[in-house]
Amino acid sequence: MTPGTTVPQSAGSRWDQPRGQRHQHPGSGLPRLFPASGAVPVDLRTHLSRFTALPYLGQPGRLIPVLKAAGLTGRGGAAFPVHRKLAAVADAATRPVVIGNGAEGEPASDKDKSLLWISPHLVLDGLQLAAETVGSAAVGLYVHRNDRLQDQLRAAVAERAEARLDRIPVEIIDAPPRFLAGEESALASRISGEPAMPRFKPPRVFERGVAGRPTLVHNVETLAHLALIARYGPDWFRGAGTADEPGSMLCTLHQADGRRDVVETQLGTPLGSLVQLGPGTQAVLSGGYHGAWLAAEDAGQLTLSNADLRPAGSFVGAGVLAALPADRCGIAETARVTRYLALESAGQCGPCFNGLPRIAAALGEVASPRPDPRAVTDMMRWAGLVEGRGACHHPDGTVRFVRSALQVFGEEIRLHTQGRCVDPARRPFLPLPARTAMDPADWN
Amino acid sequence: MRKELRVDPTACSGHGLCAELVPELVTLDEWGYPIIARGPVPPALDKHVRRAVTDCPVLALKLLPPAGR
Repeated sequence: MTPGTTVPQSAGSRWDQPRGQRHQHPGSGLPRLFPASGAVPVDLRTHLSRFTALPYLGQPGRLIPVLKAAGLTGRGGAAFPVHRKLAAVADAATRPVVIGNGAEGEPASDKDKSLLWISPHLVLDGLQLAAETVGSAAVGLYVHRNDRLQDQLRAAVAERAEARLDRIPVEIIDAPPRFLAGEESALASRISGEPAMPRFKPPRVFERGVAGRPTLVHNVETLAHLALIARYGPDWFRGAGTADEPGSMLCTLHQADGRRDVVETQLGTPLGSLVQLGPGTQAVLSGGYHGAWLAAEDAGQLTLSNADLRPAGSFVGAGVLAALPADRCGIAETARVTRYLALESAGQCGPCFNGLPRIAAALGEVASPRPDPRAVTDMMRWAGLVEGRGACHHPDGTVRFVRSALQVFGEEIRLHTQGRCVDPARRPFLPLPARTAMDPADWN
Repeated sequence: MRKELRVDPTACSGHGLCAELVPELVTLDEWGYPIIARGPVPPALDKHVRRAVTDCPVLALKLLPPAGR
């Protein structure tokens, strides 16, 4: 979804409270991050009339135990406990850099763009609070090149500065349009003036990131949740979600009928109530292009939680769910996306640089009529060779995606060996960018 | 704490010297890049491993605490 298009809202919001009662506890209803109705950007005046002033400003460290009690985890995909990152950076000997990560390189994900477009001040609240909590004086918001969105964010930052809301200036920083641009070490490289390519860890970014300084990187949605937890407390946050995976999250949903929405939902919501799982759907991709396919009948038994999805070989990730229509070829779709993923390799690590294009080509062979029977064996061998051998998780995620396709679309592979396919026309379904990286300048 | 031998894959250009110096821990994949056995380096191999680390033409080999993975 491009900014400005409709963002559907879950029903049952309790945000709209009578005037004069707005400082009360807002209840556990959703949405929390978006306004109760409409998809118009929330300006500063409206934001300030809806939310109380930010607590914990000028109180380094105080918010950390609150976030620990809330159980907030990162919403960028890795689901790492937020308080641990904050504590690690707050304890550092040098002043840290704090970056809000709005680089949403995943072509199937719209949630960060939508949040930045509609609720910029919630993200900026969280960014400011995170910076004050860890004693940072250098704050940036890293977002993909998009003039409309970036102009609005710059205006929001300026408006807050004029209202003397923020003590630490916020810089808007360009992220190149690459799949891996938002990977933490790629982000740190980019902001340090180098190409946005991942680097080898250790040192981790929280130890040595932007310009060699300890760097706190949080996804923009994580920051918005942080700003609400500061105001309403851990118990309020835990009023949604499960005990182990509390709170709500934004999801980008791709329905089998082609509809594409961003919704806010509780962790633990049945997948079947997020995407249509009727006879029109054969499989569900969860976790995006580093995630895994689930057969539709299996997806119907699972909820949106790592507790359910990890044993099924997938994960919640950044909340991308795509229902593949029954009349599309899952192998052809996976091959198309894998080719894209291979082209999005930064080309730095031998196994990824060599393995991903070969895996993509072999999957392309499996997607063709009467494929060479060696293609699957080759692919599985290469998959084993690239796994765990990159500086980042790009090879691992790609292999997870490919392996799940072989498992879930076994019947389709059998059809191909007979020279048949459920969709000989090969109509594309999963979204891909029009342009892929062709030269090193594309990473700047 | 015994350290683990690892390769920075962004630095490695597949010279393959490591596989010659410590074949007990390093094999090469079909593209010539090292596959390194996981876990702490056995004391008997310490000397060879140190030599591999210092002799790597692009200094891509590292001895790191095992928790780093």
